[in-house]
Amino acid sequence: MRTYTPKSDVQKKSFYSDRFFVKPSVPRKDVESDDVFLEDLQSFDGLFQIEDSYIELDHLVLIINPNDNVNVIKHLKTEQSYDFLVELTAVDYLEKKGGFEIVYEMLSTSKRKRVRVKTFMKQNETIQSVESLYRMADWSEREMFDMYGVKVVNHPNLRRILMPNDWDGHPLLKTYPLHGNEAASWYEVDKIFGKEAREVVGPELRDSACVDRYDTNRFARLGHEVSKGTTISQGNEPDTPIRYQEEGGVKLFGAKLVTPFDEIETVHLKERK
Amino acid sequence: MAQHKVNYLADGGTPIKLTTVDKIVNFGRSNSLWPMTYGLACCAIEMMATGGSRFDFDRFGTIFRASPRQSDVIVVAGTLTKKHAEFMRRLYDQMPDPKWVISMGSCANTGGMFNTYATVQGVDRIIPVDIYLPGCAPRPETLQYALMMLQQKIRREPSKMAQKAKRLI
Repeated sequence: MRTYTPKSDVQKKSFYSDRFFVKPSVPRKDVESDDVFLEDLQSFDGLFQIEDSYIELDHLVLIINPNDNVNVIKHLKTEQSYDFLVELTAVDYLEKKGGFEIVYEMLSTSKRKRVRVKTFMKQNETIQSVESLYRMADWSEREMFDMYGVKVVNHPNLRRILMPNDWDGHPLLKTYPLHGNEAASWYEVDKIFGKEAREVVGPELRDSACVDRYDTNRFARLGHEVSKGTTISQGNEPDTPIRYQEEGGVKLFGAKLVTPFDEIETVHLKERK
Repeated sequence: MAQHKVNYLADGGTPIKLTTVDKIVNFGRSNSLWPMTYGLACCAIEMMATGGSRFDFDRFGTIFRASPRQSDVIVVAGTLTKKHAEFMRRLYDQMPDPKWVISMGSCANTGGMFNTYATVQGVDRIIPVDIYLPGCAPRPETLQYALMMLQQKIRREPSKMAQKAKRLI
């Protein structure tokens, strides 16, 4: 007889699980497999602590202490000729690890090699700006502050870059709702009319599929336009022909300027002239 | 009727056109709608095409003006972000009465595909809209059609109505 398994929690379990499922991962190689990267890594010996290093998709990945970030990047720029800071951003790991991963993506145009410097900072900590080394970091760090709330010290102009200055919250955090928080959903109404107008304007209508063809307060059908608020019901829709201003022709002092359109007298050209 | 007597009311009787004030005012207004040169996103490309020579907005008397002070129509062509909403409202407020609004495209009508935190879910939350033009993006022909609809609306209503200050929202 088959052994009894409880079925009450069957909905909570995942519907399908593959015994042979292997979680895909990007293959990593040792730094020893690339001479240029090995030389880069060895140049750090005795200077800074590199917590981990490996090669992933032809990138040398260095995981460093968050306090060393400016010095490590300065070393990479001046000693190892990584002259390009391609990308600078943060990754939200607040739920799992309680902080952000800061990623610096660098390129050496002379060596044709790419380095990714990663560091992990706790939520309440701050990180030093690398703006003094790369001007590019100016906007990237502002974006990082705007989207994640990462506080960057020694930045010349740390304020929001994409969202308005009086915006509430940091939109790219995993905890930020897609439709925005309370302040976001009333932002434009509060700003333009004041909070008193919230009742007049009403909440946002987020269901874009909501169409009522008999609701003439909001929409009228294309080709069947009626005035706002016209009461129409099924089978009782007003006739809405296309009307032209010059219907019936236009006369000036009795002379016909425009003759009315007559479909019977219209000449159809057999071939294009 | 004697030959020398002129029937003023007949066509060709005299160079006089009898009409009403409403009609003559609305005739002028509806045939010289000057929209503001104002585009937000991809719908603005279609709006520019409509203004260009192929579709030719000029034959409706519709000439784009570079200042809100000289315009009576604003075509909200594109996605309105929440950051930009106050500037949009300011431009609308700078236009002299009477003024009309065409909301062009899905984004301006309802927020469209941008069902997110940063997009205004329909410009009618900010300014009163006269014509909602659906489409993503609407073809130039449909923008012309929307303009003709607006002309009809203007001709329908008494000329004083348009001078009355519009509702806030």
